[in-house]
Amino acid sequence: MALAHMHASGMGGIRTAGDLVARMQLSRKMRLNDAKEYVAGKLKVSVADLVDEVVMNEVRQDLDIGTVYAGMGEQSRGIEAKFRIAKLLDLEINSVERFLRKIKW
Amino acid sequence: MIVTRMGDGSFVTMSRDEVIRDVEEGVADAVKRGKVDPLSADEIEYIVDIICRPQKFVSVEKGNELILTYDSGTLKVTRLGIPIGMPQILQLYERVFAADSLELAYVHYSFKTIKSIVPEEQYAVAESSLVTTAPLLYGAMPNLPLYTQPDGPCPNAAELLPMGKIAEAKQAQEEAAEYAIKDMVFVSSGVYEAGADGIDFDTTAAAGDAEFYATLTATEKLREKYPDMAIEIGMAGEFVLGFHGEIEYDGVRLAGLYPHKQVALAEKAGATTFGAVVNTNSSRTFPWNLGRAVTFCKACVEASNIPVHANVGMGVGAVPLVMTPPIDCVSRTSTAMAEVGKLDGL
Repeated sequence: MALAHMHASGMGGIRTAGDLVARMQLSRKMRLNDAKEYVAGKLKVSVADLVDEVVMNEVRQDLDIGTVYAGMGEQSRGIEAKFRIAKLLDLEINSVERFLRKIKW
Repeated sequence: MIVTRMGDGSFVTMSRDEVIRDVEEGVADAVKRGKVDPLSADEIEYIVDIICRPQKFVSVEKGNELILTYDSGTLKVTRLGIPIGMPQILQLYERVFAADSLELAYVHYSFKTIKSIVPEEQYAVAESSLVTTAPLLYGAMPNLPLYTQPDGPCPNAAELLPMGKIAEAKQAQEEAAEYAIKDMVFVSSGVYEAGADGIDFDTTAAAGDAEFYATLTATEKLREKYPDMAIEIGMAGEFVLGFHGEIEYDGVRLAGLYPHKQVALAEKAGATTFGAVVNTNSSRTFPWNLGRAVTFCKACVEASNIPVHANVGMGVGAVPLVMTPPIDCVSRTSTAMAEVGKLDGL
């Protein structure tokens, strides 16, 4: 059922920019269109590009913010990508903040 | 003729006029019960069009996509009998299922049961947060009945009410609510401090108004403690049962509230997203249920200042009440919720 919703109406997660728009909703209470416009502005792409797998795969590679192909090349993955996303979206991410606290000797 | 389904998932064949009639009746039922505005004639026509399309699977037009959150996300794989760890399930959601967000959940999906294994859940959260990129929520149910005898410390209101012990039943629910608040704050604090982005209170108010009160109060305490925590309050049903009958939050009696009224209190308590629920009537048709569900959800979206994610799983949001929801109905619900209901997410 999760797959049916994803195909019917989902943004596409890290295949596109769905995770980034989701962050702005979940953390900043942004409504859908506001969150899309905010993320598009930060990525310097159009709102329409946010759900284009081809465009977003290149944008994510260029910005090094993680793609679905986490095993290939030098791409950031997991927490590495979240460090870069936090900076890109001007957003504090809880796990990143926790990581930073832990590495301060 | 149009082949669609009943709310129990069985096929039914209808003429286009019969589909229109059932959608209109579903809309009218929501208007009558919830005292909300009806859908416009154009919106009803669009829902009819979505239902009557011949394709097995339909989808939104490009540009109308929304965000997906997942109640008990990891458990959906565990229930299939696939014995892999929670971090790996979340990696599958992120990189295979194209999930916009992730949710980690324990098999005993209630705060009371989880409080005794918080360290282990913190470990799962911390490990998962290292290997995933999408926002990560931790989900569980407030589940007030677990605090009643014989499973819990409080007298059982369901036994007291038939005996006519109304005051005692109310007192028992208020006591249970206080236990639940402590557990919700304790567990949520633990998983947040381990690295989760936030918490999902799933099936809120399943036990009625006292459970809704407990969840709102826990949300308020968490918001004060963690200003940046993501908090999703997802409901159990469209209507808050008045099992207590008089309990209030912020001066508002909770019994009998529909989604467009519930969301105002969730927002007031400090929630960042709200999960609206509309029950599927298994004896009515999918067109009737879809018209009704979209009407309620659209009213909730319009009344809200925070993102609203409609619950559209088995037995809610017009999806038939079956263990294997048919994708012809799921995809039509998804499309109608996004394009007519104007939901922020599902």
